[in-house]
Parts: sequence; C-alpha cells; structure tokens
Amino acid sequence: MRRFMKSGIFVSGSVLCFLFSLLLCSGALAAKSKIVIGFTTSQTGKLNAESREQFNGLKLWKEYVNKKGGIYVRSLKKRLPVEFRYYDDESSKDRVQQLYVRLINEDKADFLISPYSSGLTASAAVIAEQYGKVMLATGAASDGIFSKGYMHIFQIYTPASRYLTGALDLLKETDPSAKKVAIIYEQSNFAKAVASAAKEYAKKLGFDVVLFESYPKGITDFTSFLNKIAEKRPDAIIGGGHFADGETFAKQIYEQRLKVKLVSLLVAPAVPKFAEIGNAALYVTAPSQWEPKAKFTKKTARRLGIHWYGVTARWFIRHYKREFGEVPGYHAAGGFAAGLVLQRAIQKAGSLNSEKVIKALEHMDVMTFYGRIKFDTGNYYGRQMGHEMVYLQWQKRRGKLVKQVIWPKGAESAHIVYPYSKKF
Amino acid sequence: MEAWINATISGILLGLVYGLAAMGLNLIWGVINVINLSHGAFIALGMFAAYFAFHFMGINPFFAMFLVLLLGLILGMVSYFLALHRVLDAPELSTLLSTYSLSLIIIGLGTFLFTTNPRAIDIGLGSIGFGGIYIPTTKVLTGVFSVIFTALLYIFLYKTWTGKAIRAVSMDKTAAEFMGVNSIFILSLTFGIGIALAMVAGCLIAAIFPFTILSGSIYELKSFVICVLGGLGSPLGALVGGLILGLLENVLALQIPVGYIPFIEFMILVIILLVKPSGLISKR
Repeated sequence: MRRFMKSGIFVSGSVLCFLFSLLLCSGALAAKSKIVIGFTTSQTGKLNAESREQFNGLKLWKEYVNKKGGIYVRSLKKRLPVEFRYYDDESSKDRVQQLYVRLINEDKADFLISPYSSGLTASAAVIAEQYGKVMLATGAASDGIFSKGYMHIFQIYTPASRYLTGALDLLKETDPSAKKVAIIYEQSNFAKAVASAAKEYAKKLGFDVVLFESYPKGITDFTSFLNKIAEKRPDAIIGGGHFADGETFAKQIYEQRLKVKLVSLLVAPAVPKFAEIGNAALYVTAPSQWEPKAKFTKKTARRLGIHWYGVTARWFIRHYKREFGEVPGYHAAGGFAAGLVLQRAIQKAGSLNSEKVIKALEHMDVMTFYGRIKFDTGNYYGRQMGHEMVYLQWQKRRGKLVKQVIWPKGAESAHIVYPYSKKF
Repeated sequence: MEAWINATISGILLGLVYGLAAMGLNLIWGVINVINLSHGAFIALGMFAAYFAFHFMGINPFFAMFLVLLLGLILGMVSYFLALHRVLDAPELSTLLSTYSLSLIIIGLGTFLFTTNPRAIDIGLGSIGFGGIYIPTTKVLTGVFSVIFTALLYIFLYKTWTGKAIRAVSMDKTAAEFMGVNSIFILSLTFGIGIALAMVAGCLIAAIFPFTILSGSIYELKSFVICVLGGLGSPLGALVGGLILGLLENVLALQIPVGYIPFIEFMILVIILLVKPSGLISKR
C-alpha cells in the first residue's frame, strides 16, 4: 500500500512538474516580445578599426528595423523589435568562445552575428554549431570555416578564395608586360587563404610569384620584407592582412620608395581611416566587399531575375553619415547587410525556429544595396556564392584623398592611376 | 646591390635602437644582479609617454625623450623602493616574481586606461635619399640618439664619481660601503637609470613604429638575447649585441624566410650561453 502511495506521489509529482514546465514554456512563448541578437565586437585590440565599423552598420540596421516596429514573425502574428546583446572580445580568440557561450546561455540570444575577422569567427562558429544557433558570419571571408561541415553558419562576405584574384586580372589587363608578383601576407586564417588562392591564380595567369612569405601578427617593422621585395624587383605587391598591419605596410612601402607598379592590400585601404597616412595611401589599391560608389540597384536585381530587398545604397550612406559622421566602408555595409539577411530569413521562415530560418537562408537569392546574397548548400555549406568583389584605388580629387572604384569594368567610377610609383 | 646596402643601413639603425632598449636591462642585471621582468612594460610606458607628449602637448618625441628620461628615473627609483629593495637579498626567484608583478600591474593598468588599440606618432619628417636608397629620417634620428645615449652612459659610468660608485657596488657591495658609498642610493639610482633608458628607448621606438601597450614584450625578449650576446654591465656590449640582432634581421632576411630569423636568434643565444656565457664583449 505504502509502495503504491509512493509511486502515486511520484507520478502525480512528475505530471505536475511537466504541466508546470509546459506552462512556463507557453508563458515564455507568449511573452516573446523581442528578438535577441548576440555578438561580440572588438572595442579594443588590433581589430578595433574594422570591428567598430561593422558594429556601426549593425546599429544602423537595428534602428532601421525597429523604426518599422521590428521584424514581422508570421507564427506569432506580430512584429518583434530587435534587441542587441554584445560584449568586447578584445580582438582575442580566447575571449570569443566564453562570450558566445554566455550570449547563448545567459543572454538567451535567438540568433548570433559573428565577431569581426575570420580567426575570431572560426572560434565563435564552434560554439554556434554546438548550441545549434544560426550565426550570420560577416567580416569573415575565410573558406576554411565552411569546410568543416557546419550547418548553422552563413557567410555574408565574398570568400577569401575570390578575394585578390581580381587584382591579378586588373594587373594583366592594365599592363600585359607585368610579369613578377610578390605576395606578402599576415599569418592569419583569412590572409593565408586569400594569399594561397592568389598564388594559384597568379600561376594560372602566367605570373612569376617571386616572393611568397608570411609575417607574424602584430608586426610593426616591415623593413626585412621591403629589402627582400626591393631585391626581387616585382611589378606588383599584393597581400596584407588586417587594418593595423596593412596601414603600417603601406606606410613603410612609401617611406622606402619601392618602385613597384601595383600595390594591392587586403582590408586596410578599404577602411576610410586609411587616408590618415596621407600620401602613403595614394594609388594603393584594395579589394572591397562594397563601396559607396558601387551600383547595386533594383534594376540590377531585375536584370538578374531575382528579388530586391531592403534599403538603397543612397539611403544607407545618407543615414550612416548622419549617424556616425563619416562615409561608410565595406565593414559597415557588411554589418548592415548581415542584419538585413537575418531579417529577410526570419520573415520568410515566419518563425524564430532555427531550423526554419536555416531553410529560408538555404533558399535565399536576393539583391541588396550590398550586392547579391546566395549561399552554397553543397560541400562548403553556408559559404557566400552570390556576392562579388569590387576594387578601389586611393586617388586625389581637388587635393583630397578619395576612394575610386577601378574594377571590374563597367562598375568603375574612375580609371586606374598606374604605376603606383608615379607619385615618387 | 641597392637592396644589400639598404638592408645593412636599416640593420645598423634598428640594431642601435635594440641596443638602447637592452642597455637598461643590461645595467640592472649587471649591477644589481636582478633580471628585470618589468623591462618591456616600462618600454611600453615610454611609448605612451611619447604619444601623449606629442598629441596633447605637441612635443616631438626627439625633444620629449629628455622629459621621459627624467620621468623614467623618478619612476624607476620609486619602483626600486616599492618592489625590489626588501627582496634584494632574498633568493633570485623573489626578485623575478617581484619585477614580474610590477610588469603585470603596469600592463593591466595600461590596458584598462589606454586599451590595446594600436597607436602611432606621425612626425612626417620624410625620407633621406642617396643613390636610389631611401631611409626614413625618423629612423636615422633614432639611431643617432641611441649612439648619443650610449656615449653619455659610458661617460657617466666611467668618468663620474657616481658612475664609478655604481661600478664599485656591482663589483663588491660591502667594499664599496666601506669606502663611503651609500649602496642603497646607488642601487636605487641604477634601477632608476635602467628604467629611464628603457623608457627613452620606448619613446624613440614610438617615433618609428606603431605600438600598443603590449608592444614592450617583443623588445624585452630581444633585450635578453642582446644582454647575453654582448655581456653584462657594459653599454658597449649592449650596443654590439643590438647591432648583431639588427643586422641578422635585415641582412640575413634577404636570403632566408623572415620567419626563420627568431629561430636563428635564439639558437645563437643558446650557443653563446654554452660557449661563452659571459658574452662576446666581456673580458672574463
């Protein structure tokens, strides 16, 4: 009898617990009043310049979407405003993983945005995948992240394998007599992927890669590399890594007056702050994910037979300038675009359920102010395959340094100034 | 050929700066027998002192270094009494831990106050060119001032009474005390001069390269190699050690991948420790 009573108490206790948790869950669902998006940003450390822009882009998107009342979620039959939860990752991989765990477990983030850089994103991706959270990877171009079989990470940037190949096309087109190329790159996931792809492509185009070397992260003295470059006498220097090292590299190339025809560096020249090095910035070229002068419009979308989504480039530039007092670079555009893509996916899925949002992302093929967005669903699941790079060059207009789009043909806002050494 | 000449000149100029950076560590190590693990942190402080003098007071680093020298001397002497004096006669591990703690405090506070964002001082002095070779003027000035500071330290140590007292304390502290030398003052002064030299080196490095609060550690590591190469207690030894490192990094890099250079530098360190532990310049 006692045993019967005991099991009776146990069963009714379990039922009560089950009902109570159901009540809690339904309460939580019913009380869902916002969409929490979590990410880390490098407010300090060497990635600060790029990450700050990306964060600004995200902030502008949040303002844009919340002004309209939020994102419409069909299953809840209402618009939910977006709320950010973010932390400073100090540009450190070690911080990223613990902070993303915190964003998921303590801050209850519904969706994640990546930190800036491939290295930090690779760390964050492990956590996002482990917890089954959708993460939009912006500011991360490495192909390697998408070769690991992750099913929750979606890339906004053109991948590294297609990053600097255009610089070689540009060189071949501008000066068919150019034969020698030096590739100097940072020891990071992203730069290594870009440099290796560029090396293969250079060989394919018939260039002689006279130097292919990496430099450690945080380097401030490029003299050894510059002497080596001077000895090999290449026609072009391509490579770089991130902002801090890229800016220093460009500055020291100028100080040593290297007589090269083309300098094309990753990331740094695309950031508006690059102009602070003055004449050292002049005629430096760079691949860019987006430029204010790039023309992606409703007309482009119609021509390609795909949908247009979100704001126009004009709207983005105007509002960004009003909000942050500067012209946006591609990091800012990438931040805004990540928000837009997530917004579109939630709307299409009609739900905040990760698996439904993933389905929507898989089928996405849209044109935005930032360019085309379409994700790989094959071996490199989640890798960006719709978006294309543009190439910019710092030139002088009325005595002021400005960025001009010089490649690809048809999208250029000015002709390339060639050779780079013309300024000496 | 141009590349070789350029590499040699750059190597010499960089080596002179390395030499100056190592001189402070060398002096403290040689005289007080303390391996100062806060050396890199003080180099970074020197960088920031130059940065603030330039951006907030408009003082060029090549003038600011005299203020930084004074600031370093005071900071060094205060640090000696706060962190070192009481553990000086304790086993060597105590002084190591004590100076390491000092480093952690400085780097921790520096990270909190200045963050780890890269900073740079752009004086815009252009480049000096001859026969198709261009060297940034700031690098040339940095090399010149490094030589001047080495010469001044040499004159101070060998020609003045206080300098001779420092050398006397380094040889035999008790005997020096019998001769009327205030050894506590001399030891604190030595630590002060060592820190002042580290901060001046930081000030000069900031004029040529960008930096963060963590940048000092690279120069600290190089300073250890230089001290072992050149021998302890000699300004000339530090300079020679610095020049060897500078030339290795620039000239050798023309022939082998730059990534191999640190490996070669530390291999040399091990070989010198095994074959001639007193350093290349030392007579011992």
